[in-house]
Amino acid sequence: MSSVSLTHPTNEAFADIKGEIAAEEAADTTKKRLGPLFWGCAGFIVLVAFLATFASVLPLPNPDLGNYSSAQNAGPGWGHLLGTDDLYRDILSRLIYGARVSLVVGFGGALIGLALGGIPAMISAFRRGRVDTVLNTTSYVFLAFPAIVAVIAIVSFWGHSLFKITLIIGIFAAPLIYRVVRAATLSYATRDFVLAAKALGASDTRILTREILPNIMPTIVSFGLIAVATIIVLEGSLAFLGLSVQPPTPSWGNMLNEGASLLTGAKGQTNPWLVIFPASAMFLLLFSLNVVADKLRAYFDVTEIKL
Amino acid sequence: MSERTVLEVENLEVAFATSRGPLRAVQGVSLELEQGKTLGIVGESGSGKTVLSRAIMGLLPRTTASQSGSVRYKGAQILNAPDDELRKLWSTHIAMVFQDPMTSLNPVQRIGHQITEPLRVHLKLSKSEAKETALSLLMQVGIPSPTERYEAYPAQLSGGMRQRVVIAIALACAPRLLLADEPTTGLDVTVQAQILDLLGHLQHERDMAMILVTHDLGVVATRTDEIIVMYAGNVVERAPTNVLFKSMAMPYTEALLNSMPRLANPSHTRLTAIDGRPPDLLRPTPGCPFSPRCPYAQDKCHVEKPSLVETAPGHSYACWYPLGAGRRDGNAPAQREPVVP
Amino acid sequence: MARYITKRVVLLVVIIIFVSIATFFLVHLLPGNPATTILGPNATPQNVAAINRQLGLNKPLWQQYFVWIGNVFQGNLGQSYTTHETTTSIIAQAFPIDLELIILSQIFAFALAFPMAMHAARRPNKLFDQAANSGTFAMLALPPFVIAPVLVLLFAVHWHVFPGPASYVPLTQNFWSNVHTMLLPSIVLALGSIVVYFRLLRNDLISTLQEDFITMARSKGLSDRRIMWRHALRPSSISLLASAGVTVGSLIAGTFIVELLLQMPGLGYQLISSVNQDDYTVVQGITLFVAVAIVLINFIFDFLFTIVDPRIARE
Repeated sequence: MSSVSLTHPTNEAFADIKGEIAAEEAADTTKKRLGPLFWGCAGFIVLVAFLATFASVLPLPNPDLGNYSSAQNAGPGWGHLLGTDDLYRDILSRLIYGARVSLVVGFGGALIGLALGGIPAMISAFRRGRVDTVLNTTSYVFLAFPAIVAVIAIVSFWGHSLFKITLIIGIFAAPLIYRVVRAATLSYATRDFVLAAKALGASDTRILTREILPNIMPTIVSFGLIAVATIIVLEGSLAFLGLSVQPPTPSWGNMLNEGASLLTGAKGQTNPWLVIFPASAMFLLLFSLNVVADKLRAYFDVTEIKL
Repeated sequence: MSERTVLEVENLEVAFATSRGPLRAVQGVSLELEQGKTLGIVGESGSGKTVLSRAIMGLLPRTTASQSGSVRYKGAQILNAPDDELRKLWSTHIAMVFQDPMTSLNPVQRIGHQITEPLRVHLKLSKSEAKETALSLLMQVGIPSPTERYEAYPAQLSGGMRQRVVIAIALACAPRLLLADEPTTGLDVTVQAQILDLLGHLQHERDMAMILVTHDLGVVATRTDEIIVMYAGNVVERAPTNVLFKSMAMPYTEALLNSMPRLANPSHTRLTAIDGRPPDLLRPTPGCPFSPRCPYAQDKCHVEKPSLVETAPGHSYACWYPLGAGRRDGNAPAQREPVVP
Repeated sequence: MARYITKRVVLLVVIIIFVSIATFFLVHLLPGNPATTILGPNATPQNVAAINRQLGLNKPLWQQYFVWIGNVFQGNLGQSYTTHETTTSIIAQAFPIDLELIILSQIFAFALAFPMAMHAARRPNKLFDQAANSGTFAMLALPPFVIAPVLVLLFAVHWHVFPGPASYVPLTQNFWSNVHTMLLPSIVLALGSIVVYFRLLRNDLISTLQEDFITMARSKGLSDRRIMWRHALRPSSISLLASAGVTVGSLIAGTFIVELLLQMPGLGYQLISSVNQDDYTVVQGITLFVAVAIVLINFIFDFLFTIVDPRIARE
């Protein structure tokens, strides 16, 4: 530190202070890395997505039709890496094709929810006024209704196609996403930098996309991943109850259903692998989604102080 | 060290582990305190005075604070002692009055309960005995109609009354040493004097040793026997109170005194602040820590750090060029105008 | 305070009205005709028309809605087209199962989450805390339909500790058998709640423990245990209470799934079977019951919350 008295700051002193600050930042070893667990989980998600997308290109046995030359309910072995189920179908292949259902419904439903809930949320939270009050109260009412009951009823009557299920779940996810995005937008909309942008004549759209959106993006991404995980759970539960995509199309939920019914020995034989493998796959996917969401949230949360 | 000595601190050092290296909050502080005497510790925020008082009591979290040196209470070493041993001393021998009574009282517990708690836990009083004692304590600290206030929640009392409750809690088990950390900051000026008078009165009555920690020289002026001035974690001046005000040696002490607003001054008198900003405890600069802001600083001050040296009996300071024409070769600093605080 | 309560009550009534409308139209806008269900092979056009007249199904929807609401207020939720039981008796038989399941699971969840949170909050970011946090991630990844088959595989099939599905014994029949059958489902259901309770309580405790009055309590020489239980716990439980209302919805969803998985005759089971049998009245009745229950519970928790923290009411 120079010997110049700070009573009368000079350029010299300012340069000193700037140098200090630069040195501080360089020496700042506060750990804000994402960590190996994050990358492992993110990698797993990407792997599953990759396998699901290119399933038809991979050398997999037919997931829907059984091959009677194989064993029935066999454990893992050479021909069938994860074994077969009671209809002589390859479990690994069904698992990979089944990933499609979970991923499509999960990410698709979340995107629909974001579009239906998130976009109105940003606009109405920013503009305030009657529209905002109406939408907010509507979301309250919507959320008061037990979604699972409604989804069960609608899916039972309307149909089980992948598209319909994704759409329905996405619609029911919208109110919750609305609330979260609205709260996040509100916390930024009142800040001075938004006011400054308005004073400079920026249009609402410009403010929303250029000023607010980048700030709430971390919240959206991390909450979005949680929403994906929640939707995958919802679809899996429906599938377990036989209310999602119908057999023979595989989904992890209905594989677990078959595995569970085999457990009770209803058909005279048990196949623990039909429970273990889909359960493990589901566990790993959900675990990864939650970990990635949490690590992202922690990474972007600049207010979190770690001693 | 006499049989009246209650507290002996030798070369106490406290450093906090931060991500940017150790933060040395207290550097080599020594002091002694006898029964019935009051010690004032004065300094700005960041001077280390609060850390010092907490370290003496043993309240600092062991995980982040590394403490070395020695703190003896009545001869027994308490620095870095295990928690369960310290708990036997807390409240019954050593007690603390905290700065902000609104946050230091539990907001969801009635004040009567907060006073009787140490009585029942440490002195094993029965419920009725504890209540009686608590009521008497409330009266001693000057709270009118104590039976009504007994059931009150902290939010229902005024700031001054809350602080009185805190004092009552601290004195409940009749400790021998009381540490008061900024006990009046945040209270109305009129209430400040009342609380300080109360503390002095109670101390006298019980022959306690007391440490008053504050940033306000005015608080310690008439109520302490000895004063320690701290800056950047170091003791920079120590003297019996009247000596300090009559013949202060540290430019910093003078600056503190000058920064006090005086009623006697005409209105709109400019407040004299100390230039510059408090030092960065993470990267101490060489030389005297006050040198960047010292109006009398010379070259030597920026390079070599002065150590604490006792010149007159009981009066030590750490400065190369103390106030007055005196230099550090044994001459006492020139006499100064007596200052009426 | 009174103004706030009246505002909330009005909101409650409005929500219940909306919910009833939603329930009604949900069921009626979907394809299918109860008449054909009842008549089965006798579904000639004249018979269908006659049934329609009898059931009042030929009247405009709005009228049907008010008829239905009127009946509901008299305690009449209609009766099943297939079994001819009244909806109310179906609900009355099925509901206690769900209730017991919820209560048991919450007891488990609290019994586990509280000590975990208290221990973790004492030494944040240290070993136990990290382990507990990872544990909660694992629990989040084990929803009922994943963990239940695995637990059944292990504990019912492999080790014969718990009975398997479809083995429910009512409380009135045999206390210990009932508890025995309820244990596995309660554990499955408790997992989700443990995560929520642990996280909330741990975070709240950590911030409470940093408050000044905790340092003061320490300086009073009180033991760590006493400080945790008597001083830190109460202020920290507020956000638990606040979030309880929100978690009820997902709790009910989880309850339905668990009882369906393990084939216990609760409301979820009744709902699914009436949906499969096109038994609209029962579907309507159960949906209304569940929806109103959720709304009421939310309202009660909101109300309790304002009692604990009166500042909310002043907003």
